[in-house]
Amino acid sequence: MAKDYGEVKLFGVVGSPFVRRVQIALELKGVKYTFIEEDLKNKSDLLLKYNPIHKKVPVLVHNGKPLAESLVIIEYIDEIWRNHPFLPQEPYDRALARFWSKFIDEKCLPPISKASFTACKEERDKGTEESLEALEFLENELKHKFFGGETIGIVDIAAGFIAFWLPAIEEAVGLKILTHEKFPKLSKWSEEYTNHVVVKENLPQRDKVVGFFKARYASIINASK
Amino acid sequence: MRNSSLVHKFSWVFSDPVTMADKVVLLDTWASMFGMRVRIALAEKGVQYEYKEEDLRNKSPLLLQMNPIHKKIPVLIHNGKPLCESAIIVQYIDDVWSDKAPLMPSDPYERAQARFWVDYIDKKVYDTWRKMWRSKGEEHEERKQEFISIFKQLEETLSDKAYYGGDKFGFLDIGLVPFYSWFYTFETYGNFKMEAECPKLVAWAKRCMQREAVSTSLPDEKVVYDYVVAMKKRIDSEK
Repeated sequence: MAKDYGEVKLFGVVGSPFVRRVQIALELKGVKYTFIEEDLKNKSDLLLKYNPIHKKVPVLVHNGKPLAESLVIIEYIDEIWRNHPFLPQEPYDRALARFWSKFIDEKCLPPISKASFTACKEERDKGTEESLEALEFLENELKHKFFGGETIGIVDIAAGFIAFWLPAIEEAVGLKILTHEKFPKLSKWSEEYTNHVVVKENLPQRDKVVGFFKARYASIINASK
Repeated sequence: MRNSSLVHKFSWVFSDPVTMADKVVLLDTWASMFGMRVRIALAEKGVQYEYKEEDLRNKSPLLLQMNPIHKKIPVLIHNGKPLCESAIIVQYIDDVWSDKAPLMPSDPYERAQARFWVDYIDKKVYDTWRKMWRSKGEEHEERKQEFISIFKQLEETLSDKAYYGGDKFGFLDIGLVPFYSWFYTFETYGNFKMEAECPKLVAWAKRCMQREAVSTSLPDEKVVYDYVVAMKKRIDSEK
């Protein structure tokens, strides 16, 4: 169990990959927290007060002080609770960990979204090409069991989207991006990550996630007709 | 579009790499706000480095080798190892040259807030500027209001502090102050005055400019404007 450094609250929704990042971070460190479920169609006054800038989840509130943006929150958690470190000690390796986490958010997630949630074939093809390119860089970067080495680090936590949500999206919209043939290391890593004893307890139900993406895709197709 | 006097301005940082234990090279372009962040951080720490000006329309093999993923500047090369993304580079500089001028706040919550706001700047300022710059009529007006509101938000975050770091100049100050060299450009294209919209922010920027590390890292705002005018002419003629 982690040291008690005061009251921790996490505002989020169970299906969000960004919320789950923070939840996994807290759980890996054994931090006690309260999860407050938000309705994103009817955001609470408290959420809007704690994150007036982006009005999004996750928001971590530690001893009454709010923080937003999942990667910022994870670094904060890592600095307060020093067990199971998520960032390396060595400055260059730290910089690389930050670089790859940012790369996932800026270069992997957007083209995956573009490829998936569109009725336009050109968009899908372009998004697929960009996704493959981005995942290739990640594939080449993976040198151990996890991006963090023998244990889960911040890059693994950030890449959770690729391990769990991407296959669900692929199933929902009929896309093939993360294949064993093209990405043997990343595929193996995905299995390791999603089956990790702590991670697997803190992922949403797969059929619900697939259902959510199917509905989203259907509404885009209908809107385009 | 380069101003050779600016290359001379940065020439004080050239050093003889053979005699030094640490070899530090910065791949940059003189007008880049992101490159300026790194210059300021290195200057605050008193780090000797070699400055290499890149031509972004004709990127050097070194840049493409050192940043194959984004192919962007700034890139810091420390003893042959490349670092990319300005906010990440500044934190690295603070980690490595930790004996002098700490740039990150000492309190973890303040550190997280500083990272949040630099992320905000990165997500909002440059993109909105480009949309404002390239648009006309009603869309331009909307983008302009959006742009000003971003700076008003940043001014609110500063509140009554001398620096974003409190009484200490730090990471978030470094993250934002380079945009000061572009204020004249923003104002002229947007037809507004930053001093009228965000007087506290302008006062803060001028305070930062009193620091040698900042004043020697930022180009003259009129030179930036001339460069942007020339760039727009070129882009428009290439259409």
